[in-house]
Amino acid sequence: MLSRAATRLLTAVPTLFVLVGLSFFLMHAAPGGPFDSERSLAPEVEARLNAQFHLDEPAWRQFGRYLGGLLHGDLGPSLQYEGRSVAGLIGDGAPVSAALGAVALLLALTGGVALGAIAALRRDSALDRGLMLLALLGLSLPSYVVAPLLILVFALALDWLPAGGWDGPASVLLPAVALALPQLAAIARLTRGALGEVLAAPWIRAARAKGLPERLIVFRHALRPALLPVLSWLGPAAAGLMTGSVVVEQVFGIPGIGRYFVQGALNRDYTLVLGVVLFYGALVVTFNFLVDLAYGLLDPRTRPT
Amino acid sequence: MLRIGNGNEPESLDPQKATGVSAGNILRDLYEGLTGIGPSGELLPAAAESWHWRADGRELRLQLRDGLRWSNGDVLSAEDFAAGLRRLLDPATASGYASLFAAIANGEAVIAGRRPVSALGVQADDARTLRIRLDRPLPNLPALLAHPAAAPIHPADRAGDPAPGARIGNGAYRLVEWRLQSHIRLQRNRHYWNDRQTSIGEVRYLPTEDLHSELKRYRADELDVTTSVPATQVPWIRRTLGAELRVAPYLGSYFYGLNLTRPPFAGNRPLRQALSLAIDRPLIARKVLHDLAMPAWSLVPPGIHDYTPQVPGWAQWPRAQREAEARRLYAEAGYSAAKPLQVQIRYNTSDDHKRIAVVIAAMWKQVLGAEVTLVNEEWKVFLQHRRARHETEAFRNTWIADSDDAFGFAEILESHHPRNDSGYADAAYDALLQAAAQADDPAVRRSRLEVAERQMLDDAPILPIYFYASKHLVKPRVEGWHDNSLDWHASKDLQLRAP
Repeated sequence: MLSRAATRLLTAVPTLFVLVGLSFFLMHAAPGGPFDSERSLAPEVEARLNAQFHLDEPAWRQFGRYLGGLLHGDLGPSLQYEGRSVAGLIGDGAPVSAALGAVALLLALTGGVALGAIAALRRDSALDRGLMLLALLGLSLPSYVVAPLLILVFALALDWLPAGGWDGPASVLLPAVALALPQLAAIARLTRGALGEVLAAPWIRAARAKGLPERLIVFRHALRPALLPVLSWLGPAAAGLMTGSVVVEQVFGIPGIGRYFVQGALNRDYTLVLGVVLFYGALVVTFNFLVDLAYGLLDPRTRPT
Repeated sequence: MLRIGNGNEPESLDPQKATGVSAGNILRDLYEGLTGIGPSGELLPAAAESWHWRADGRELRLQLRDGLRWSNGDVLSAEDFAAGLRRLLDPATASGYASLFAAIANGEAVIAGRRPVSALGVQADDARTLRIRLDRPLPNLPALLAHPAAAPIHPADRAGDPAPGARIGNGAYRLVEWRLQSHIRLQRNRHYWNDRQTSIGEVRYLPTEDLHSELKRYRADELDVTTSVPATQVPWIRRTLGAELRVAPYLGSYFYGLNLTRPPFAGNRPLRQALSLAIDRPLIARKVLHDLAMPAWSLVPPGIHDYTPQVPGWAQWPRAQREAEARRLYAEAGYSAAKPLQVQIRYNTSDDHKRIAVVIAAMWKQVLGAEVTLVNEEWKVFLQHRRARHETEAFRNTWIADSDDAFGFAEILESHHPRNDSGYADAAYDALLQAAAQADDPAVRRSRLEVAERQMLDDAPILPIYFYASKHLVKPRVEGWHDNSLDWHASKDLQLRAP
């Protein structure tokens, strides 16, 4: 078990290396640079800025320089935000994104499993069809439609919650719901499918024949194996939620790091994009690793003998 | 507390390095220049109580107020302002605004790194007297000194770069908190010389990138002032928010550049003129921009100080006459129904740019029969193509003034200007600009610039389309808000009415 965990962690290093390398050269291949703007700097000013950040060197040397910094835990300075380090920007934004993501994950998980289970137990009933239609809607409505709708209803029409900002628990709710909805819908569909299959399995029939109460059958015998597909979904989903969403952060004005993905790329802030990609990559690897561990706990068959 | 929607998060609040509009708004609260701009856009004494030109117009002497202090209580002296200007032109600062002050003695050489920064013609004669010598006339220097780039530097901040937001200021407010992407909080500066007149104790600037979200936060009473309004919502805003919408002319010009270094526009003036005549500007301003812009026939916007924009005679023609002339020029340029013009309009991703491009393509098609292709590009790709001039034909362009001066517009078409994306190279135009820059008499300067613009418009390296307007929603409880063409609104000039 321990050696397996160690191997997993070791393979993460080349994975992240390839990720950083690809992102680095793709970013540099895109036309335009960080200091292009509507105003256009004088050529000598631009040359000086490029030299200051070593952007006048060949790409391979810049990459070497970046990797060297990385070994010392240095993600470099942001090219866009004057006087700020990428590590500082991620350090400021990550706790916000993580808090929002955690609330969204909790909502998605509890809501999704509950709705999925209800649908599976009432399979092919009107309730099942209604719930699955809602789930389909939740999956297919993009957050730039859902988020403004939530604001219109709960902030403007009803005046219950703030329309934006990051200021106290009340301001977490709307963005968390907007962020959670697609995941919630996906989890509900996964749970329904998996639970439906398990409920038709022979050992469940056996449990029923023994006269076990339905509650016990569902919660002790059926739900546990049915949650395995949900669990494998959870790794990347959790990483995605924790690193934030560009759209939700922009619509609600939340100081997370999701926006740096897109903004950083649009502004050609090379170091910021690489830093966020690396952070996200490391999170995905970590969550997948945790999911693997949890798998072993939930499903004895996957444990090495 | 006053809450202001401020558009993009400022990339820097270093007065000499920051360039964006959102940074400027905050910097004008944090720093006070030697001169200032009043609520209606008028030039006023600020840190300097008076100034005098030497008779030949080559030296400005400014007298600072008595008892000026930094926000931490330290004494503020003329040398601090001199240090700010030296830092601005120091090539190590790599400031985008250094060229605004290049006319200061030895300025060009200092910017280019040929002379040490100490050679710059700014000098503090004593704690309250600053002298600025010029290499060439710069009649709007007093107004330029109101720009945040000319802010003073505290001695403690001169050695290295302090952390973002940690610089010491001399404005009516001081920065107490900068939470990136969330808010910037300012409190009144008790050491400010005119703090008695400041009414609002605390100001919050909130980043509002998404205009639709900003509008919702304004409606939910989480903002007192917005940075702008979403164009598509304007009819609704006019109906429901009425007087809270404040629209004012703004010193910015939206135009199409034509690449003169490649076909079809190289050496074909009749074609360029035909395309210009075929554009129905009032229609665009009214139907596409909901009257939040003014139709433009010139590069320099109206309302600019000491200048009359050069509107060509055909601007007043009835539509039929204008279009007939456009068709005549189109034919003269060598095009016809059998051999139509094929041309690209290139613009960066934005709904508004797209809507305008579609309308102009339709006008060229309808009036002239030209076949127009629209090319949409991501921002930085667009900027690079526009600057390189290898692929562009017609392309979207914009210029926003740094100061209330026609020269700032005219110079972007000077042969070697970095923003001359059309590749316009006209010896007569360059000579007129040169003459204007060297003219000691403001009337001569003005007439040179007006002649230059008239000739340039006749040459049509660019097609003016509209002049910008500033657009804000301002809550009725905010008092003292005056529209002005620079769109500068200092928090110290505003008051909040008690609810």
